[in-house]
Amino acid sequence: MHKIFIRSFVSSLVFLFTFTVASVAKDVKAAFVYIGPTGDHGWTYQHDVGRKAVEAAGYKTTFVEGVPESADAERVLRQLANSGHDIIFTTSFGYMNPTNKVAKEFPNVKFEHATGYKREHSNVSTYAARFYEGRTILGTIAGSMTKSNVIGYVASFPIPEVIRGINSFTLAAQKVNPNIKTKIVWAFTWYDPGKEAEAAKALIDQGADIIAQHTDSTAIVQIAEKAGVYAFGQASDMDKFAPKAVLTSVENNWGPYYVDRVKAVANGTWNQKDTWHGIGDGMVVISDLDSALPADLKAKVNQLEKDLASGKVHSFTGPIYDQKGNLMVAEGKTADDGMLAGMMTYVKGVEGDIPK
Amino acid sequence: MTIDINFVGLIIASIMASSVPLILASCGELITERSGVLNLGVEGMMIIGAISGFALMTVTGNLFIAVIGAMLAGVLISTIFAFLTQTLITNHVATGLALTIFGIGISAMIGKNFVGIPGKEFPVLFGNLKDAIPFLSPILFGHSVVFYFAFALPFVTNYFLKKTKIGLIVRAVGDSPDSASNQGINVRLVRYLCILYGGAMCGLAGAYLSMIYTPQWIENMTGGRGWIALALVVFSTWNPIKILIGAMIFGGLTIVQFHMQAIGVRIPVQFLTALPYIVTIIVLVVISRDSRKIRLSTPSSLGKSFYKDN
Repeated sequence: MHKIFIRSFVSSLVFLFTFTVASVAKDVKAAFVYIGPTGDHGWTYQHDVGRKAVEAAGYKTTFVEGVPESADAERVLRQLANSGHDIIFTTSFGYMNPTNKVAKEFPNVKFEHATGYKREHSNVSTYAARFYEGRTILGTIAGSMTKSNVIGYVASFPIPEVIRGINSFTLAAQKVNPNIKTKIVWAFTWYDPGKEAEAAKALIDQGADIIAQHTDSTAIVQIAEKAGVYAFGQASDMDKFAPKAVLTSVENNWGPYYVDRVKAVANGTWNQKDTWHGIGDGMVVISDLDSALPADLKAKVNQLEKDLASGKVHSFTGPIYDQKGNLMVAEGKTADDGMLAGMMTYVKGVEGDIPK
Repeated sequence: MTIDINFVGLIIASIMASSVPLILASCGELITERSGVLNLGVEGMMIIGAISGFALMTVTGNLFIAVIGAMLAGVLISTIFAFLTQTLITNHVATGLALTIFGIGISAMIGKNFVGIPGKEFPVLFGNLKDAIPFLSPILFGHSVVFYFAFALPFVTNYFLKKTKIGLIVRAVGDSPDSASNQGINVRLVRYLCILYGGAMCGLAGAYLSMIYTPQWIENMTGGRGWIALALVVFSTWNPIKILIGAMIFGGLTIVQFHMQAIGVRIPVQFLTALPYIVTIIVLVVISRDSRKIRLSTPSSLGKSFYKDN
């Protein structure tokens, strides 16, 4: 209760502050709405890196951080639209309805909503990254590098994005090593270093020798480093936090897309679209591979990265079965985007149930 | 699954390590509250300690300076609270809440330049004995100095409050500041010192998180532990030993529920995540149900401003 109160209080302070420093230039102005603080070194941090790329390209930008996914979001959006911003990026799933609602009121302002699927008005676009492609690479590495055949996975919340990641990771790991088990622990937080560390420790104590994460802080790779097991970085290259443990990271790279879209507004070529970019378009980037990987595995991973980029390999290629053995994707077929976007069942080989 | 005693030892060690910040902050707040001052700024003081410790460690490279600096930062920010509530006689609750908001905001501001920097390794004591004795070794050895300090603190605090003259003075000031004042005790001075001590312990708790437990800085990294520490003080009925028990149960269930998930126990995960909060409260309520004892240990004038004594 207190926390919510404080969060909204702080965000309104930040909000006021942002507007007092906002400039009044006539060029195209872009605004960014963030769910967390830019100092989270995870999701929001990476969006802010993208915003800085827009600045570097010569455009004015504004951001509001820590905006709750509630009526507050509408107020913030309305304020931004009213104060002369031409394009507004809303960078969390929960901003979906507020974005569409406010977009209706401001037909001349362009709205870009991350990870959503609703485009109710012609001035709303959506965009997301195919992070699951990155997880296919992580799964391949994990399946090859594990000795205990137990791989730990710290998950955040049971939403399609996370389930898709777990499935993609497990399918890839099974492909190189049919004996592996993926143990999943739900932390029910996107970032709380203490909790993430405890979750990772529990998995390591239970025999996991590689830890994957779908939470944002660097606590997990640090715990892995201390325990002498392997891990993967999330959102940004986390190698410097755990040089021995981190085998590679999946980086979120929003910059090129942001610059592209702001330029489109400046040139008058902006149009509504639904973007879902992966490794091929550079929205998902695989960091340098660690020297612990044997040369043949490195070559294999590099090839896989190329094939995922070109579309030759798809992360969800049949036959894929769910936990009960029902066919999800037939042999020779690949899962379509609709199935991926709403994926809420585990594939065969994942242990446990999805929390409801 | 066979139960391996070394495995149990490891789990107990993780539980103890996770309860350190709660014990430190709660024991600090306990002294503040026993002197009759309700400081709701625990979360704010912790986060200030976290960023100060991490920043000093990064800038100076000296861990000792960083730990002391974090405690001093806690003292400094609690001085603001002390000045407002004791000298300007503001409302404790409102001032404490403001302190938390202030702490979170200012730590984020200072912290901007420290995001994404890895922390330093914090030295551990008796690290060479880590495998010497099965079961006991991981519990007893290979921890930071702050860890040992935290587990001594509840006992020292208990002794201090019950057996020493200064402890008696602190309790007197918290129970009846008027009588204490009539006895010639400088109520305001005692309360000032108790607030500053609480600030130092909260600062240390924050530094433990950002320097030892998960050596990194990210915004809001205390993640509400300050509020849990505050709740522990109340539910333990101002008894440091019960704080220790409560913190261990809380930390313990957080970790055990992760283990249960990993083993694949079929209990709804949401229930498991709520378990630490529910069970900690139930246990503390049950062990503290003696109403006579509660009345004896509750500081009677908690949160009330004291006007005399000029």
